[in-house]
Amino acid sequence: MREGWINAVILALLAAVPLAAWALDEPFVITLATKVAIFALAGVGLNFVLGFGGLVSFGHAAFFGLGGYAAGILASHAANYEPLMSWPFVLEGSQQMLVIWPVAIGVSALAALVIGALSLRTRGVYFIMVTLAFAQMLYYFAISWPSYGGEDGLSFYVRNGFLGVNTFDPLSFFTICCGLLLMALGLTDVLRRSRFGLALEAARQNPQRLLSVGIRPYGVQLVAFVISGALTGLAGALYADLNRFVSPNMLSWHTSGEIMIFVILGGVARLWGPVAGAGLYILLEHQLGGISDYWQVYLGLLLLVVVIFARGGVIGVLARKQDHD
Amino acid sequence: MTEVLRIEGVTKRFGALVASDDVSLDLRAGEIHALIGPNGAGKSTLIKQIAGELRPDSGVVRFLGQDVSRLDVAARARAGLGRSFQVSSVAADFSALQNVMLAVQGASGGVYRFFRPALKDAALREPAFALLARAGLAGRERVLASELSHGERRRLEIAMALALRPKAFLLDEPMAGMGTEGATQLTDLLDELRHEAPILLVEHDMDAVFRLADRITVLSYGRVLASGTVDEVRSNAEVRDAYLGEDA
Amino acid sequence: MTAVLIAEQVLNGLQYGVMLFLMAAGLTLVFGVMGLINLAHGSLYMVGAFACAAVAGWSGSFVLGLMAALAAAAAAGALVEVVVIRRLYARDHLDQVLATFALILIFSEGTRWVFGSFPLFLSVPPALSGAVMLPGGIEYPLYRLVIIGIGLGIAGGLFWLIGRTRLGMRIRAGEADREMIAALGVNIDRLYTVVFALGAALAGLAGALVGTIQSVQVGMGEPVLILAFVVIVIGGIGSIKGALVGALLVGMTDTLGKFLLPAGFGVFMEPAQASAVGSALASMLIYVLMAAVLVLRPRGLFGDA
Repeated sequence: MREGWINAVILALLAAVPLAAWALDEPFVITLATKVAIFALAGVGLNFVLGFGGLVSFGHAAFFGLGGYAAGILASHAANYEPLMSWPFVLEGSQQMLVIWPVAIGVSALAALVIGALSLRTRGVYFIMVTLAFAQMLYYFAISWPSYGGEDGLSFYVRNGFLGVNTFDPLSFFTICCGLLLMALGLTDVLRRSRFGLALEAARQNPQRLLSVGIRPYGVQLVAFVISGALTGLAGALYADLNRFVSPNMLSWHTSGEIMIFVILGGVARLWGPVAGAGLYILLEHQLGGISDYWQVYLGLLLLVVVIFARGGVIGVLARKQDHD
Repeated sequence: MTEVLRIEGVTKRFGALVASDDVSLDLRAGEIHALIGPNGAGKSTLIKQIAGELRPDSGVVRFLGQDVSRLDVAARARAGLGRSFQVSSVAADFSALQNVMLAVQGASGGVYRFFRPALKDAALREPAFALLARAGLAGRERVLASELSHGERRRLEIAMALALRPKAFLLDEPMAGMGTEGATQLTDLLDELRHEAPILLVEHDMDAVFRLADRITVLSYGRVLASGTVDEVRSNAEVRDAYLGEDA
Repeated sequence: MTAVLIAEQVLNGLQYGVMLFLMAAGLTLVFGVMGLINLAHGSLYMVGAFACAAVAGWSGSFVLGLMAALAAAAAAGALVEVVVIRRLYARDHLDQVLATFALILIFSEGTRWVFGSFPLFLSVPPALSGAVMLPGGIEYPLYRLVIIGIGLGIAGGLFWLIGRTRLGMRIRAGEADREMIAALGVNIDRLYTVVFALGAALAGLAGALVGTIQSVQVGMGEPVLILAFVVIVIGGIGSIKGALVGALLVGMTDTLGKFLLPAGFGVFMEPAQASAVGSALASMLIYVLMAAVLVLRPRGLFGDA
């Protein structure tokens, strides 16, 4: 099957399931679909550096969590009518998504710039460890910092607003998240096919060769890392909004591992891989979780099987050939 | 007669091993300067130092009159130092065309373009097709680099080096592993290339060396044993002892 | 802030460091010899602790518990190596990370399935409880001193093993050139299983020893695992000496940091705030240390440059 067809099927499922659920008045399923879209977005971010760039970042929870906390902090300050800062200038909170998203993206991108700039000086296992370490730093910081709930996390009771839409309505919120996911997919696709994408791929395949044609891998990879962090950060903001809650868990290395699972289950370096992977993960969590409290054992087994035998993930198994130009 | 590349007093030690021992040589416009010597003489190490992959412990590398000792590989490549590797180093998952397009991109400097599709970009495609044809790879553009034959991969590397509009070539054993026919074709190509830019050629294939080289430098245990025209070196007794043998 | 208090904390740091060393040694051996990143190492720590708690609880003997810990962890390690890990040596780091992450899920949830979510009880054996008077008027728990002793003893044992035995020679050769020792006729499969099981046993031992001080529960291995990775990154991957130095450094920094920073901040902040800020910074301290080491020596203190 051509990858393009598979992608179309995934998109169709992503649209059809919530619509059907809405028609059948099953709001919980719509919420599940929303989770899929948000996790997929986080995975799209990671896939950009992991799949296309070949950089194994084990600290992407840092961006997911930063985005979440950006949303949470802004929203809770607005709900309490308390500004974040009064000096040197007044910084109010906000419960408008259109304000929160740029902040979440900006904060995550900045963090990715700093983390990437330092981490990309290392390679191989050191890179993996350093990215993990930075995420851990933020995790422990969030636990210890009392103002925003510390270990217990931060609840904010209102779903943020988007223009005039009733964002409490599950289908509306799903549509927003899905829209952002589609934009992210479009963006990463365009980037992948651009000159920048060519250089990024070359940096993954053969950095020595890239240098000898006059391009430094460091710069290209750093830009990719920033874009990746920004996308995952946006997902974090949406996730916090979905649950109206943010906690240090969003920064834990388990979360980093889970985002990697979405990517690998669907197929590393496949454009729609994270969507398939997130969908599969939520399906398993829901179905297997219903059967057994210990469903993660099965998830682990599945992941093991995929890694050892079905390296290309769902899309890889179905498509068999990379969709190249 | 202009000097395109000059290295002076380059020395490099790895612990107790002296890989390069006060080596000086130069490369002039229009010439092919062969660098020969037994295995372990330090030829590849020297090439790496000229290309910027290794930092010499002492000594200077001058390219086009400028001291490039502090510049990294990418900067020297952009300044016009083209290179091929002893063990073919290409982007294996890319097609031949994509590889050369990458090189063209590197040379023209437009890396941070995010929105136009690269593979359809005529500014990259057309030069890439031309370069591939020049290197004798016409018709093989869409083949994956990992599926090219050994000789074709060698020529791909030369096409990529050419994309940089080089002012000098550093070729590290391009003939290695080539059968006779492939070697002859490659020798013809190199003979043509000298007019484009001078070549510093590391080689073991003596037929190619004697046919192509204007000057030869012989390296042994990191030191320059002899340097001069082909005839001078051929008749040098020390060189015959160390490397060429009696019937050279 | 007395000298006695500080001395106690230094000893605590030493004990913590020695435990980290047991974890880190296995990790660095496996990476050095087999080139494999093993996230499931923390699970082997957990297996050791659970085995010890279960057997000690059933038999009443701590020594039996320790032996069970070693056996169970080594067996689990060997099993995992043969069934899963073996297929990962040729793979890239991403595959290794994901596969061993999957193993964590399986081990954790599996343990929860068997033992439930509540922590198991493991107490310090009566013979080793109580305190000892050290020079300087410091009263320090005997058990912790024993741990320090065991840890240093094992460190010595490992140095002897690596430096003076045939197995050690094969390990060092394997670290230098994997393909070569296979070509020389060393049974690679068995060597790898032995190395893996050895690392697992050390992790299990650490888990059992620490299980008396902290609780034995699912997920106990994870914070330790991350720290062990920090240790080997600081020390240099593949180096036992690096693992020891790194572990002591990390153990001391963490313990003393958690002790001194809140106290330090308490000088000019309110106690509650000082404690919060101090602990937050103390937890981050180790990672800052790691980042600093990597900036100066990108391959760790004793790693190959």
